[in-house]
This record gives sequence, structure tokens and C-alpha cells, in this order.
Amino acid sequence: MIPSKLAYHRPNNVNEAIQMLQNYGDDCKILAGGHSLIPVLKQRLNDPEHLVDISGLTELKGIRDNEKSITIGAGTTHAEIANSTAVQQHAPMIAQAAASIGDVQVRNFGTIGGSIAHADPAADWPAVLLAADANVVIKNTGGTREVDIDQFFLGLFTTAVQEGEIITAIRIPKTAFNRNSTYVKFPHPASRFAVVGCAAAVAKEGGNVTAARVAFNGVSSKPFRDMGIEKGLKGNALNADTIAAATKNAAAEVSVMSDHFASEKYRRHLAGVYARRALGAL
Amino acid sequence: MGLIGTSVKRVEDKRFTTGQGRYTDDIKLPGMTYACFVRSPHAHAKINNIDTSAAADMPGVVKIFTGSDEGIAGFGVPCGWQVNFKNGDTMKEPPHPLLVADKARHMGDGVAMVIAESYAEAKDAAEAVVVDWEVLPAVTDAKAGAAAGAPLVHDDAPNNLAFDWALGNDKAEVDAAFDTAHHVTTLEYKNQRLVANAIEPRSAIGQYDTAYDKYTLYTSSQNPHLTRLLMCAFVLGIPEHKVRVVAPDVGGGFGSKIFHYIEEALVTVAAKAIGRPVKWTAERRESFLTDAHGRDHVTKAQMAFDKEGHILALRAKTYANMGAYLSTFAPAVPTYLHGTLLQGLYKTPLIHIDVDAVFTHTTPVDAYRGAGRPEATYLIERLLDTAALEMGMDPAELRFQNFIDPFDGVEEAGYQTQVALQYDSGNYHPVLEKALKMVGYDDFRAEQKAARENGKLLGIGFSTYIEACGIAPSAVVGALGARAGLFESAQVRVQPTGKVSVYTGSHSHGQGHETTFAQVVADKFGIPLEDVDIIHGDSDSVAFGMGTYGSRSLAVGGSAIVKSIEKVIEKGTKIAAHKLECAEADLEFAEGKWTVKGSDKSIAFGDVSLTAYVPHDYPEGLEPGLDFSSFYDPANFTYPFGAHIAIVEIDKETGKVDLKRFIAVDDVGNVINPMIVDGQIHGGVVQGIGQALHEGAVYDASGQLLNGTYMDYTMPRADDFPSFETDRTVTPCPHNPLGVKGAGEAGCIGSTPAVVNAVMDALSPYGIHDIQMPVTSEKVWNIING
Repeated sequence: MIPSKLAYHRPNNVNEAIQMLQNYGDDCKILAGGHSLIPVLKQRLNDPEHLVDISGLTELKGIRDNEKSITIGAGTTHAEIANSTAVQQHAPMIAQAAASIGDVQVRNFGTIGGSIAHADPAADWPAVLLAADANVVIKNTGGTREVDIDQFFLGLFTTAVQEGEIITAIRIPKTAFNRNSTYVKFPHPASRFAVVGCAAAVAKEGGNVTAARVAFNGVSSKPFRDMGIEKGLKGNALNADTIAAATKNAAAEVSVMSDHFASEKYRRHLAGVYARRALGAL
Repeated sequence: MGLIGTSVKRVEDKRFTTGQGRYTDDIKLPGMTYACFVRSPHAHAKINNIDTSAAADMPGVVKIFTGSDEGIAGFGVPCGWQVNFKNGDTMKEPPHPLLVADKARHMGDGVAMVIAESYAEAKDAAEAVVVDWEVLPAVTDAKAGAAAGAPLVHDDAPNNLAFDWALGNDKAEVDAAFDTAHHVTTLEYKNQRLVANAIEPRSAIGQYDTAYDKYTLYTSSQNPHLTRLLMCAFVLGIPEHKVRVVAPDVGGGFGSKIFHYIEEALVTVAAKAIGRPVKWTAERRESFLTDAHGRDHVTKAQMAFDKEGHILALRAKTYANMGAYLSTFAPAVPTYLHGTLLQGLYKTPLIHIDVDAVFTHTTPVDAYRGAGRPEATYLIERLLDTAALEMGMDPAELRFQNFIDPFDGVEEAGYQTQVALQYDSGNYHPVLEKALKMVGYDDFRAEQKAARENGKLLGIGFSTYIEACGIAPSAVVGALGARAGLFESAQVRVQPTGKVSVYTGSHSHGQGHETTFAQVVADKFGIPLEDVDIIHGDSDSVAFGMGTYGSRSLAVGGSAIVKSIEKVIEKGTKIAAHKLECAEADLEFAEGKWTVKGSDKSIAFGDVSLTAYVPHDYPEGLEPGLDFSSFYDPANFTYPFGAHIAIVEIDKETGKVDLKRFIAVDDVGNVINPMIVDGQIHGGVVQGIGQALHEGAVYDASGQLLNGTYMDYTMPRADDFPSFETDRTVTPCPHNPLGVKGAGEAGCIGSTPAVVNAVMDALSPYGIHDIQMPVTSEKVWNIING
């Protein structure tokens, strides 16, 4: 379990890191917490010639509690996010998801930016950030741009991040639906990644749902919001009957993954179960 | 001192828990090189060409070996157990080459060994070896492999049959009992393939010393002496006295490190060829692909009952997957370690089993914790709970009325089964009675009824098992096809100062021998535990050994130690009598000293040992020294037994099984260290439940192992389990001096069917009586949803 030979670089700041990405182009990978990349390197499924280690960049770390949003530095570890009182208060599903990732060691090393850049379909962050209506802050030589999370995940291990770009932060809006949110998952018994994960965020006024965002990971090759469920909830009271009605066709619109542990049919069924469990808790 | 029966803390744990264990991979020899293997990525493929030229030019490369090189071509690892066809023909035993030159027969088959200055360089170069493969169709399932038209693994093994085999009563007589039975229960299932997954991957270092013309092989093995014998006499043809095999600290084996593997012979050959030591350590991926796997039986089993629920007969047909080659003990596992256990704890009067041992394009299958006995227990115990459900009987009552009556093996004879074995001693009712009491069975059915009314699926499952371990009487296993004896050796060397060094042929790789064996020695000599050192795993210091597996260490290796202890005490008595000027008969030995009966005249153990080495005032004609070797060959197997009960609750929406309680009452005979025995039971139970709920190798149609990493091969973890509730009864073994039976495999043998039975009991409202292991949530959900 030894990676192929590669050059290791440790930039002093994000600009320097971006310059390195420009210089090395295709032959380069960014190393953050390493919990997705290192196993892939060790198995030689990926053979970059250059590794740019951004794990030491302090400008990528930390959680800022702004007036209208919470900004999470891309290099912030899952453990820091799980323990953030601001996150716990304004977007409990984000803290729950962070606390449910891997084990203690993984949470102490793995970062939110690294995870979404990798875009593993079974990872926890994508569904949670979709439900949270997050923005992803991306930096390149020209400056920074913000990408709406709905436009961020393009497919299996594919995101809107372009060559020469680095994710610097994730912005979570302080909204009523984020304050009333939860994340639940059926973990794979081996990897403990989500076979099905469901993040749900619901705002209510006068007992009726005014905004709902429900997203899944693990189900399809790309994390997705289930618009059918969201529409079904809007304007209604949130109770067992309305939830059952809204989730009846969970994951109906997407192509669902299948493997030797969980077939397409079973996964789709679990999507409904976990949507009901998530919504039932709100 | 009363050390026997005490939960002494494990003396070896200090070095293991502080990172000071010395495993094979920790050893660094001067000038050492590193080997990386090129392995077949295909299950079945012809090799048209191997081009090593680019690899040979890579930085740091010292040498590349392929299967056509002199010294490797024509050499292969042997099988150590011969089972003949029913018609008397010798089993098919195709060669298992050190490196394959013409054809790969399983994913991971060794093709080339690249040796370089560093492992990274060896690995880079291994990737540059170009093999021209011609991929061929593969078969991975034993029953499919035996079917007409299946791709052949070896051209000279028609129908992929290694051998066929039968045991038990006359088949016609058994069939007749089924024809007239009141009820017949039938199960068809796969006892799935498991990967051993020792925490320490296999590792081997070959070293050749020109000055002494002597080889040293360091290897992560359960069985260093047998490895030496097999490698010297049956693989390389090098003189045994010129080879030292050392198995230092070994991080678990579970059977997979009993066997002699190609890599051990290859690093040995290579070390001499290049004149430098060669180290190889498996990557985890290689462990999945090349460590011998376990289980993998396709079985149809039937049990016949009269209307009161008495068992009338049992019959079974098993297709046993051998993998691509016959591993060291592979033929014994589905036969003499499986068919012979089908009596269980029951008075079943008629039993017959047929086994077809089938080659497939998969990793070789061999003994894995329990080895055949878990498969037998699963067969019997699943049939019993299923029969109870089908006949509307209580599964505990059904067992009670079929249990063999108690026998102690001393006053009453051992119990002769219908399947060759004679049980040593047994008292089966109390283990189940105790387990039922612990679980609160009287209240459980009411609780279950209430749970069902509340929409919950609660189930209870039973398993009352027996196993044959303490392997084994050499003459018996020889008659059954073993090509080795299965005795054990022990040398007890009392040093002049009364400290004791014990050299045992058993090998500890997690079992805690350094504690348990020392307890026996310290107790018998009446000296402190710290005065005893247990040495194992080095063929240059230990006379001989048959290694550790089959729960044999204490029953066989411990008995050999006791024999040597007795010799020491006998000689010590002669010296003590001389020193105390009395007759030997007037002396008694207790609490570390010889005392003249009825007096206060005594001499301490240490004074006697000093006299033995400074024999100035010494019995005439007696040899100096106090150092005895013994070989112990057991009179019979030992037969631990027990009752395991599982309670599960099933999430109706997801099908997920939640193990709520697990009760294990085991009888392993006398117990030296209760804490260590509990640890063995816990570990075994976890492993058995791992099979029931989680584990299982999955191959695709082309023979690719789909779950060859921990991302998708589910190992059981601590948070999958409740706290186990364990207890024991004690029925001493009548034929060994410690009265011990063995505890290493019991948990793994008993637990699996208890959990599956509990799942089926929980699901009984759905009228389905069978499910395939591992019992994953989707399989359960499918039953719930019709």
C-alpha cells in the first residue's frame, strides 16, 4: 500500500496553492484531510505527479458566525463543525452529519471542503449542503466566485470546481428551514458510508410548511434534492399523513444505484423510510 | 499457589499494548531486500507471455523471478491431508506451483516476484511487468463447478471433482427412515465463504547464511515446525537441519496461518539466489486474495422426526468449495472435521452425509476458526429450530428430548456416534437449562407475543453444539488421511536457580499461552508465575511442534508440558530424598518444596534444582541437570459443548437485525484462566455472528472478488453487539492430565445458527423458514415484504 512516486508541495497560502495548481495542471491533486485521497493513492487508483498539501493553510480553517450566514472554511474538520455551537443552533443537520462521519480519527482529520470536492455519492456532506441551500466559495487566479450548491455537484466524483481552483469556504444561510433540520442515514455495515442518507430542512408558519428542502445521498450517483417530496410538503401541515403522502414516491425521478448489499428497489424503499424518519423528527 | 483456575492478567499484553510486540515485519536484517508479487488480476486466464524487461531496468530492482525460472519451475506447495474417492481412487491433487507459468487459476495467483532495494521500488517495478493474458471463463460456486460443462480448473480433474466422500450409516437404511417419517425438515443453503482477516497480514523473510550453509525463514505462522517440514521435505528438497523457521509474535491467524504458502518458499529460495535477505509483507488486498478462505459449502440437509419429535435420521449432501488448489489441510475440513460432527448432542440413530469436494477458480479454502464444525453445527441446529417451527414444538424441548444421556467417560463409556467419533465425556442438559434460566425463557414467549401485538418483530434462537478439538490422536488422523502426526512436544528446563524455561511446540498468536501455560507450570511447581518463561515459535530452540489450531494448545501442548513437569518432580524427589536422607516414598511435594511426611524437614524447589546442576552431594548414578522433554499424543479428541441463545429484534421498515442479547453457556472442561477463556468465547462468538449477519466473500461471474477491501467486506465491530452474558459448566476431559477440552473455537461454532434461528423465529409470522447468510437487512426486508 504505497503510492506511486510523487512530488509533495506545501504552499504557504491559498494564492501560492492556486499558482501550483496552475503550474502542474492535470498532474496535480490537492491534499486536504486526506481521507478520500490517501486510500485512492495507496491503491494506485490515482497517480498524480504532484500533491499540493493545503492542510496547513490557516486561512481555510474555522467557522465564522456572520449576520446572515455561517461561513465554514473548506479546511475545517468534521469534528470542529460537529462541535460548533453556531452550527448546532442555526443548522442542526450540519452538526449531526459532521458528528456521524466515519470515526473519531476521520472526523479529526477529514475536512468539509475535501469531502465535497471528492463528491463521493455516499458521502454525508453533499445531501446536507443541498438541503441547507449552501453556497460554495471557490478561488482561482482571477479571484473568488460563489457557486449555488444546486449547481455544484455535477455527477459521480464530479463538481463545478475547475482546474486551477480551490474551494475556500462553504456558506450556510441562516434560515428558518435550516434551524429546523435533521440528517439521518442507513450506514453501510462495512464502510459506514451512507447506503441512504436523507437531509431535511423545513420552515413552518402557523403550522404549515412554507419552505422545505429534502436531499439524498447514497441513493443515486449524484446527490440530489427530491423536488417531489419538497412540493408535496409545501403548504401542508407536517404530520405522519402528509409526510407519508409526500414521500410515497421518494427518489422516483432519479436512477438509483445497486450493489451486492442493496438493490435499486431496496435503496429506493430506504429513501422513503429515511425521508419519513427525517421529516418525522421536524 | 492455586494459580490454576485464576484469572491472572495476561503477561504478554504489556508488550502488545505498548507497541513492543515483535512481528515479522518489524524485523530488519542487514542488506535486506523487498519482494512484491505480480498477481493474476483474473480468476482464470492463460499466460501467453510474461515480459519483465522493462521492470528489470527500473530503479532499485535486484532480481525478478517467474514461474519458468530454474529452482522455481516444477516446484509447488503440497497438500497435507489425503482423502480418497468413494471408489478408493486417490484424490485429485494437481500441483500448486510456487509461481504459475502457463495459467492462473484464481485472482491473486502468483505470477512473478520482483525483488528490489525498497518495497516502493519493488512495487513500481511489479507494475511494469507486462503479462499477456488470455482470459478464460471461470466458475466460483462449488455446485456450479460440479455441474456438467463447467469450466475446468485442472484438466485432469473431470467435473472439477477433487474427491467424493461419504460417512455414516448405510444410505438405503437412512433413506428408508425418511420414507416412513412423520415429518421431514429440509434446508438448502450456502454456508458462505469467509475471509480470515487476521489483523497482522502474512509476512515472511528469507535469509541464507553462506558461512553455515543455513537458511532462516521468519514467517507469520501458526505452525513454524510444520512449515519447515513441508518446505524442506516436500517443496524445496533442502535438508531440514539446515533450516530454521521462526514465527515470532503473530497477530492472529484464525486458521489462515496454519498452512504453508508459496511466499514462504519463494523468499527462502530467493534469499540464497541473490545472497541477501528478502522480505515480503502482504498488503491487505493480498490478504483478501491469497490467505486461505473458510467455509463455502453448498448443502442440502434433511432431518426426519416421529410425531413426538424424536429425531429418526439425518442426511445431507454438501458441495465443498476447495478453491483453485488443495491447501494444506483443505481435504479434512468438509470431511473428517464436518461429517464426523453430524451426531451433534443428539441420539440420532441414522446419519448419512455425502460430500463432493470441488475445484473452482477462487482462492483456496482451508481451515478457518472451527473448520468444518461450524458448518456441521449450522446444519444440525438450523434443522432443529426449523423443525420446531414447522411442527409447532418448543425448540428447547425438542432438544431436551433428543439429548444424549450424561456420561463421564470414566465410569461410563464414551458415547459412540454413528459418524466415527467417540465422545469423551458429556452432560448436555445442564448447559441448556442454565442458558434458559439466564435468558428468562419462561417469560420470553409472553414478551414476544406482546411485542408482536405492538408490531415489533422479536425472535429467539437456539444452538446446542458439540465440537471435536484437541486435535488429535496421530494414529487416528493418520488412518483418516493426515500426512502428519498431531502430537505436541514440550521441554521444561529448570535453571540452576529454580527459574523455569518452557519450550512448547504450540504457538501463541493471541491465545495467551505465555500466561496460561505459565500458570500450569507455576501451579504444579509451587513457584511464582514470574519464575516461568514460555518460549515458542522457533524451530532452533523448540524440539518440535505441530502448532496451534483446532483448539489443541492446552489439551495437547499443555499435556506435554504436564508430562515434563511430572518428570522434573520425579527426578527432583530423588535429589530431595538424598539431601533429606529419607526414602522417596516418605516425601511429599507441595507448595514449592519436598517435605518429609509428618515432619518439618523440607527442601525447597530452588535448592533441589541448584543441587541438580552443582551435584557435589548427589544421588549415586543419577544424571545431573533438571531438564525434561516430552511428546504427548492424545488418546482421543476432546469434545467441548454448550448452549447459545440469541435474541434479536428486527426493524420492520428496513429489515435491519438488532442483536439484543446473546447468552453463551459453554463447557470446555477444566479452566486454567477463566478470563482468557471468556475472551476466547467472546471473540469466537463475535466471529460466528459475523458470519451470521455480516461477512461473506462475493464473486462476480468472471471470478472477480467484489468485496476485497474493508469498504465493502463487513467485519463485525464492537458496536454491533450487546454485552455478552456468559457462563459455563465443567465436565472434565477424562483422557488428558489437565481435564481440559479447548475453548478457542467453541464460540465461533455455536453462535452462528443461534442468531439465524433467532431471525427466523422473529420472522415466523411471515411463514418463511429459511434465509441465506449473511442475513443482511435487504434479505430480511424481502421476506417481510413477501
